[in-house]
Amino acid sequence: MSYTKEDILLLLDEVKDPEIPVISLVDLGVITDITIVGEHVSVTMTPTFLGCPAIDYMKNDIADTLNKHGITNNTVTVSLKDSWNSDKVTEKGRKALKEFGLAPPPVHNNLIEDLDIIEHAECPNCDSTNTTLKSPFGPTLCRSLHHCNNCGEAFESFKPI
Amino acid sequence: MTEEALKELLYKIADDQLILGHRNSEWTGVGPLLEEDIAFSSMAQDKVGHSLAFYNLLHELGEQEPDIVAFTRNADQFHNSQFVELPIGDYSFSLVRHFLYDHAELIRFNMLAECPIDEIADVAKKLKGEIKYHVMHANTWMKQLGKATEESHNKMQSALNEALPYALGMFETSEFENDLIEAGIYAGEAAIELKWKDNITMVLEESGLSLPSWNTIKPVYGGRKGKHTDHLQPLLDEMTEVFKEDPTADW
Repeated sequence: MSYTKEDILLLLDEVKDPEIPVISLVDLGVITDITIVGEHVSVTMTPTFLGCPAIDYMKNDIADTLNKHGITNNTVTVSLKDSWNSDKVTEKGRKALKEFGLAPPPVHNNLIEDLDIIEHAECPNCDSTNTTLKSPFGPTLCRSLHHCNNCGEAFESFKPI
Repeated sequence: MTEEALKELLYKIADDQLILGHRNSEWTGVGPLLEEDIAFSSMAQDKVGHSLAFYNLLHELGEQEPDIVAFTRNADQFHNSQFVELPIGDYSFSLVRHFLYDHAELIRFNMLAECPIDEIADVAKKLKGEIKYHVMHANTWMKQLGKATEESHNKMQSALNEALPYALGMFETSEFENDLIEAGIYAGEAAIELKWKDNITMVLEESGLSLPSWNTIKPVYGGRKGKHTDHLQPLLDEMTEVFKEDPTADW
């Protein structure tokens, strides 16, 4: 049986970020290419942060999911060719992050010259931008720590890069 | 330009990252405050991950597997600057080193992002986005502690004075310098050094810290050519201890 790119994308929607299990790898924007030649399915992915220890898990999770659906003729490759930036997170992904309590990365259209944009991240609890950056490093490489001066909550943000 | 020249460049970048990454990790669990413990641990993870990307490029050029390269060489086979192998010292020294190192690395990656060799440019483009966070973190603390109290100011100033000769050692040129420049790989160490001086001077001024006149600072060279302080081998012994228990183990 042959598959379309859309079929594969739908299957990969099941594969979640191992550290943020509410967002799929597709919505995170790390799936950069799907090529189907005959029965063979090639998936290319790219890491969010290069030192991310979850990359091998993600790679295996993709292969496992394809295998589970009978697509055993597959290859999963990690590439920096079309490297990740936070604008690749989809609208659906941004919504999921926010519901999870994690401020989505602000859209920057590749014009990120300095990091002022994270000084006043939007609080995922009350939407205020009256917030303070506590540290650009959080519990995982892709998250920063913030405090909301409006609702008093501490929160984390997915870092823009 | 020869492949040897390119390898030399990649080795010095990767070795700096691996060794500084290991030093950063020594703050894990003992950082002066929780956020800083996390920050140094995250930067350690970043640096080691970044070094892996460069060891992978070297592997594609025919060098051994990254684990073999990282864990089986002796001190005199490492191309890192002596600066990154120095012990973590007190927190002021670690912060100052982080500040001086990451400013240089950001300039290096901005240059290499334009490199005509796609594989190198791809890694550099990726990393310059990440290193911005390291630079931001360093700048914040330089400004904070440079001006906080007399004690913090003095500690930062003395750490800076101690670090500068070694920091200049980062820009030790290689015998392939002109080949790399002519091939358009990057603008060379002297160009990085020049820009680095401008960039750090701006932040140091804002931090209320003073910079001695550059011609009074004698750079500590040697690291790029395998000449290291007595601090590197014990670091390598510790870093490789688990690997050497069973080099063939599948993790």
